[in-house]
Amino acid sequence: MNDGILATILISMLGGAIRVSTPFMFVALGETLTEKSGRINLGLEGNLVLGAMVAYAVSYHTGNPWIGVIAAGFAGVFLGSMHGIICSLPRVNDIAVGIAMMSFGTGIAFFFGKPYIQPSAPRLESLPLGNWSESSSLRQALDINPLFFVGIVVAIVMWWALANSRWGLIVRMTGDSEPAARAMGVQPYQVRIAATAAGGFLAGVGGAFLSLSYPGSWNEGLSSGQGLMAVALVIFARWNPLRCIIAALLFGAAGAIGPALQSVGISQGYYFFNAAPYILTLFIMIASARSSSSAREAPGELSITK
Amino acid sequence: MRSGAAPAAPPYPLSGGRQMTAVTTDTPVRLTDSTKFRAWAEAVAIPVGALVVSALIFSIFLIFLGKSPVDYFQLLWKGGFGTSFSIQNTLQRAAPLILCGLAFAIPAQIGLTMIGAEGALVLGGFSAAAIAIPLVTGGVPVVLAMPIMALCAMAVGGAWIAIVGWLRHARGVNETISSLLMTYIAIAIMNFFVEGALRDPGSANKPSTMPIGKDYMVGYIPGTDIHWGLVAGIVLAIALQILMTRTTFGFAARVTGGNARAALAQGLPVGRLMVACTAIAGACAGLAGYYEVAAIHGQANASLVAGYGFTGILISFLARHNPIMILPVAVMFGAIEASGGLIQRRMDMPDATALVLQGIIFVVLLTSETLYGRFAIFQQKAGAERT
Repeated sequence: MNDGILATILISMLGGAIRVSTPFMFVALGETLTEKSGRINLGLEGNLVLGAMVAYAVSYHTGNPWIGVIAAGFAGVFLGSMHGIICSLPRVNDIAVGIAMMSFGTGIAFFFGKPYIQPSAPRLESLPLGNWSESSSLRQALDINPLFFVGIVVAIVMWWALANSRWGLIVRMTGDSEPAARAMGVQPYQVRIAATAAGGFLAGVGGAFLSLSYPGSWNEGLSSGQGLMAVALVIFARWNPLRCIIAALLFGAAGAIGPALQSVGISQGYYFFNAAPYILTLFIMIASARSSSSAREAPGELSITK
Repeated sequence: MRSGAAPAAPPYPLSGGRQMTAVTTDTPVRLTDSTKFRAWAEAVAIPVGALVVSALIFSIFLIFLGKSPVDYFQLLWKGGFGTSFSIQNTLQRAAPLILCGLAFAIPAQIGLTMIGAEGALVLGGFSAAAIAIPLVTGGVPVVLAMPIMALCAMAVGGAWIAIVGWLRHARGVNETISSLLMTYIAIAIMNFFVEGALRDPGSANKPSTMPIGKDYMVGYIPGTDIHWGLVAGIVLAIALQILMTRTTFGFAARVTGGNARAALAQGLPVGRLMVACTAIAGACAGLAGYYEVAAIHGQANASLVAGYGFTGILISFLARHNPIMILPVAVMFGAIEASGGLIQRRMDMPDATALVLQGIIFVVLLTSETLYGRFAIFQQKAGAERT
């Protein structure tokens, strides 16, 4: 009996983690790329919300959700490059600009998104990977959206490229030492603008998941701060794209504990589980703030670790 | 630079004022009236210029949508200041914005980018509502209960944000990220109690704490519909302006904000200054939470999470982190919010229009930070009194 309840909780947490983690994964990967270049973009919440709105609108007008996903990415590029260019001006605080981009992005998303709250747009079909199973809850848990796998592929490619490619070297060098980058003939600001724009693209795609898959419609309360938490996720993942997958699944699972417990009749006291990832990230920051291993992992030019 | 010529650094320079001058160099910068005026003119001209540019960009945005910018700004004026009702509406909305602006400005003066006012507001409001439960059921007199609630909100908010300053000093934890994380933790703590132990069984659809009751609510300023939070905001802004510009504490804090390493070398208690400034900030935000509960909602629930903390950041930047300047800027943002309904009805535009305007102002304003020191007219004549 107890085993049955535990299995139910675990399966619905697994399903919830996979469902909820995709936007976390995309914003974390986008933020990782930006931070690897030595800049922090706190405004990915704006990219996420604008991406969600654009994806829904484009999917509604074209009838093809994948065009919506691409459009959401380019909405993210728009905000990301704006952040990148503004932060390249002398004496502009990248953290404050990030907060500004968050309010600007959500503002235009809410403004242009009003007509799309009612109509229903074609959504991304998920892949029924659990059809072999008898258990309906397992089937439901394994009904996985293709963007989840896209995110994993992006993480693996980014991890490989950062470590092994010429582009990866340039990004890492710009992030670790601006003088070294200049000495190599690299323009740090150009690299950072490009990295912020590319990171913005990924965050926009993460937003597309919110409106086109889960929860799967456009409204103003769609995002529950996933974009803001990107910074925490990246610290949690120690600037490693592969660990971003784990961090996203963990943050997703923590959010899924509530509904999972509810499905077996426990409806109280799980709010601390929702806060668990934030508490954990805070403790990681406290524990690693002055350790030498974290100094190796964090990009040297990052304003938050200086 | 004179090294060692300064009086021996006392362990607690805050106890006496004179040592502070040791921060300056051999040839002290004499702030003449002209220099002060130029610096002041720069600090006014650039934000005002940024506002004008934002208005222009927003006007172009409106023209593209086929709306009249003239109509918009006229309605903004009318909805914000046109009638005595709208003025009161504006001032009412300005109250929490003043307090949240102060919550960003004070840490900013000591060089901390602390963005957790939202969390302190939520926790402060919640703890005021929580402590009200025994006070109200115990029949404690109103004159006693109200200050207890307000102090409790300020203490909890202050302690919460003081953790941020302490972590920064003791462990080198970045204050921006830790305050952001703590905002989410604060909201979770409120949800935990509001939907659990302290939930009023009567609040079916929107879990809330027990209503504090009409008698224990903060009243209105006589003759108006504005609650006393506005007065609290104005008084605190003036008090904090005096604290930051006229006392050794404020001077030490601003020295630390200018160069923390130099402040440490002078023997200033940087850690304690940081904790004190973040505690003040948290107390301001907590007080905003108290007024949200005791003057508006009458109970603590999810309505406390209204984004005032984040708008406060924008307001503080526009005011150049100057407590007094926060007052007019907060009133301006109160007017943008207050006129939203009128603009929505008259011009058939969504309520998010105000958000777009705020976003544009915020982006242009931060971009304008790069202009400081770029205009010759605001600088001293070359070589005059610079060291």
